[in-house]
Amino acid sequence: MDVNLVPLLPAVQVLVTALVVTLRDLFIKDGESRGVLAFYSLVGLGLAAAEVFFLLGGRQEGAFNDSYMLDRFALFFALIFILAAALTILSAIDYVRQTGMREGEFYALILFATVGMIVMAAANDLMVFFLGLETMSIAVYVLTGMWRSNGRSSEAAMKYFLMGAFATGFLLYGIALIYGATGSTNLAQISAYLLDQPSEWPVYLIGGGFLLLIGFAFKVGAVPFHFWVPDVYEGAPTPVTGFMSVAVKAAAFAAWARILLYKLSPLDNDWVFPLWIIAIATMTLGNLLAITQHSIKRMLAYSSIAHAGYLLIPIVVGVEWGGLPLLFYLLAYSFMTLGAFAVLTSMTEGDESKDGYSDFAGLGFKRPFLALAMALFMLSLAGFPPLAGFTGKFYVFRSAVLSGHLNLAIIGVLNSLLSVIFYLRVIVAMYMEEGGAAGKSFRQAPFVYIAVAIALLGTIYLGILPADALDWSRRAFGSLE
Amino acid sequence: MDTASFIFYLLATLLVIASLLVVFLRNVVHCAMALVTALLLIAVMFVTLHAPMLCVLQVMVYAGAIMVLFLFVIMFLNPGALEQQRGLWWGFGTLLAMMLAGVLVPLVATSDLPADPVAATELFGSPEMLAKSLFSDYVLPFEIASVLLLVAIIGAVVLAKREN
Amino acid sequence: MQALLDQMIQEGAFAGVPKEVVYTIAMVLTAVVVLSAFVAPLAGVTSWLERRVWARMQSRVGPNRVGPQGILQWLADGIKNIMKEDIIPTAADQKLFPLAPYVVFMGFLCAFVVIPFGESLIVADLNIGILYLLSVTSLVVVGILMAGWASNNKWSLLGGMRSAAQIVSYEIPAGLSVLTVVFLAGTLSMQGIIKAQGWRPWDWFMFHNPFTFCAFFLFFTAALAEGNRTPFDIPEAESELVAGYVTEYSGMRFLFFFFAEWGNLYVIGAVVTTLFMGGWQVPPVTDNPVLLGILQFLTFFLKAYFWVFVAMWIRATLPRVRVDQLMGLCWKYMVPLSFICLLGTIGFMFMDTNSRRIFGAITLGFAIATIINFFRRVGFQFRSAKPEAYWKPHI
Repeated sequence: MDVNLVPLLPAVQVLVTALVVTLRDLFIKDGESRGVLAFYSLVGLGLAAAEVFFLLGGRQEGAFNDSYMLDRFALFFALIFILAAALTILSAIDYVRQTGMREGEFYALILFATVGMIVMAAANDLMVFFLGLETMSIAVYVLTGMWRSNGRSSEAAMKYFLMGAFATGFLLYGIALIYGATGSTNLAQISAYLLDQPSEWPVYLIGGGFLLLIGFAFKVGAVPFHFWVPDVYEGAPTPVTGFMSVAVKAAAFAAWARILLYKLSPLDNDWVFPLWIIAIATMTLGNLLAITQHSIKRMLAYSSIAHAGYLLIPIVVGVEWGGLPLLFYLLAYSFMTLGAFAVLTSMTEGDESKDGYSDFAGLGFKRPFLALAMALFMLSLAGFPPLAGFTGKFYVFRSAVLSGHLNLAIIGVLNSLLSVIFYLRVIVAMYMEEGGAAGKSFRQAPFVYIAVAIALLGTIYLGILPADALDWSRRAFGSLE
Repeated sequence: MDTASFIFYLLATLLVIASLLVVFLRNVVHCAMALVTALLLIAVMFVTLHAPMLCVLQVMVYAGAIMVLFLFVIMFLNPGALEQQRGLWWGFGTLLAMMLAGVLVPLVATSDLPADPVAATELFGSPEMLAKSLFSDYVLPFEIASVLLLVAIIGAVVLAKREN
Repeated sequence: MQALLDQMIQEGAFAGVPKEVVYTIAMVLTAVVVLSAFVAPLAGVTSWLERRVWARMQSRVGPNRVGPQGILQWLADGIKNIMKEDIIPTAADQKLFPLAPYVVFMGFLCAFVVIPFGESLIVADLNIGILYLLSVTSLVVVGILMAGWASNNKWSLLGGMRSAAQIVSYEIPAGLSVLTVVFLAGTLSMQGIIKAQGWRPWDWFMFHNPFTFCAFFLFFTAALAEGNRTPFDIPEAESELVAGYVTEYSGMRFLFFFFAEWGNLYVIGAVVTTLFMGGWQVPPVTDNPVLLGILQFLTFFLKAYFWVFVAMWIRATLPRVRVDQLMGLCWKYMVPLSFICLLGTIGFMFMDTNSRRIFGAITLGFAIATIINFFRRVGFQFRSAKPEAYWKPHI
């Protein structure tokens, strides 16, 4: 049997790194420094990124009966995941030590989750997709509850696990129905079936599609399946929250784009309207509730719900116009959100998070760099030019207008205006109020600064010179053909 | 009615009864036992579908392992305490179930499943067939599943290990 | 069996009756016959023998009053227990309490379906035989948990819990050891596994290579633990739990649990014989099918019963382990070891037959040397201690 193992390279690289970290951890005595584990993880992720670039140059082909397609699309997402994992690990190094979590397992689980995500993005088979999703989800459930001395962390893990299991049920049921209707779990064959017999599909195929839709909506935290998001994001350790709101969401959107948006696109007409409602409800509710929050972490949780809403716009818009803005916005969103959470991570004193608005008061004078970076991330999230968030939103709304969903674009813009209220509140607190917590100095937390700096560079770069990334997103989505 | 359908309807009736018992019995342990019965009946159904391997795995995995863990947890907790909290949740659950039925019944009723069952070949459902498809067509899911289990084990140890 | 039935159907013996119904009735009839004619006396006699052997080993006499040498003791016990009042404690669960013994009993009885007493003496030679056996054994747990919980008694509950934890854990080394054999035989069918071996000891899987030799001990140990036998009988440890999950049971229901336990002992022996000791394989001495069948049955029965004897022996000599030791033994030693055995055996499968046979011969030699050494030491004991009772088995 001829097996093409090359496409597995990035995933296997990250997996091996995770295994090395897990095993190496066992040989470090209690009380000794475990910094080397973070180093291993970062090196492994770097190698994986190098492999992704190497594969980008070559010919992309499917493996294992086309159940695994590491095309440009998957590679694009693999880079997002690797970036998210690397930034999370960088910003978590000091955090993990201070809160007394188990370091080795923390890094290993981040890496395992990354493996799951890469598999998800590359999955061209519903079964492979599902297993990737579960690998990711289980790792993230555990990461959520890793801060065991903190009751809220455990509570969040429990909630996340139960909700996640519920969503898994929907997904699995949907997959079963689709398999029953088309006789295959392979997306290429399902797609061929759909094109073969236009509009003569059994009803349960559409039912299966809807169940998949609900499962995805759960995973990205879209209204009305968002209720777990705030509690889970708030309870989870801060770096994990950043990882969840970026990487997990990106992975879910990657699978969503490949499976529902692209391969099942003949069924589009059936769910355009529900999706339209979900998108509007998600952004509006997320932004409205974000205004009322007192904790910045919780505010960011609601803001991530709102951003899920923006990301749903390209999905409503459809294959023709939606691909490019979806991918580009996810990339932009990754940088700014990871940066914001990295700053938030640095606001930890002892094993206590300082994530209220009052804790950020006066940060602009105490930690100018952190505050400046936070201000830029907030502006970018709100969509001010010339930052990444603006470019991203511009293309998202442009796609809505071009495809004739003018109402979506208008509601989206109004929502962006609404979101300015709570994003600016952070800046106001940092520069116009006094008191509050200090945040860590460079000497205490050099790695967080590196993470923040990388995220900041990305945010500004994508805002000023988006051409390369846009081109890249276009070609990535084009590779689904 | 031929024998095969007779056996099917017999099993199906028993299965529905067992499932209803899971929902309506008041004692949690009794519910769990009814669930064991239901799972065993599904196993028997696999036999009638010429899939003895699946039957055995069903018994081993569900009745033998998962349900034992279920029972374990239920028995360690106080089942009496779990009998509380009715009213609202029952209403909510019933509503959801009826919605699901409202979706599923028309779906199944209007679908056109093939009328003639596919004939089972000699090797159908045998360990050989299972192994062949598992290690050729589905070797990637198989391997990813092993990663998944590893992650689950590590996660369980991380969350459950006593801290010093 | 099935072949016979098929032939009879062909000849029109059951004209007008659907095939499935014939099969079902035949299965039920076979089960009844096997149960009443074989399993019941087997478990009974085993119980008597165990008490006898045990007594001997402790320099006691044991039951010797009912029938010659007390061999009918089990009948007396059975009659006594049947005539007892059927007590269901008021606080017990009125539905599950009476049901539990039958679930346990059913789990054990199902095992007899695939036990190959001879080349043609098997109820059903399923192509998933050994897997079926593992899965029905795991059903017993449900019954035991049921009994423990339904008794509404802390000792019973703890006993049931311990038993469940123990059986579920020890299923893993047992399953992995079985897998080593399945790898060698290339089939899950019980008859297939036996046919892959031969009648000579060096054709047995036990002496295939050092790893299978090791796997054999792992399996036997795990099987004892799964059957709640000493030294792993912590679910019913008298010193801690009164009688564990059987505390509240009396009369016939109580007997059912022990029926299952003693019967299970024979199942363990039979499985060990099938997997590792060549099953019913006999030297080709006769062509007469009936004679051959009897010979095969006797071979299988005696081999299996030898392991029953060993289990009794272990029970009489070894003290009970603690709960944590029990779990530690399984997860820290037996599971990794059984993995090593599996991998080692896979390694040996790549070796050519002649070099492999050398390792097999070394293993066999080691086993024989151990046995000889054992008898040497026992002889030494006899010569120096000169115990009276040992020489009078007829008391």
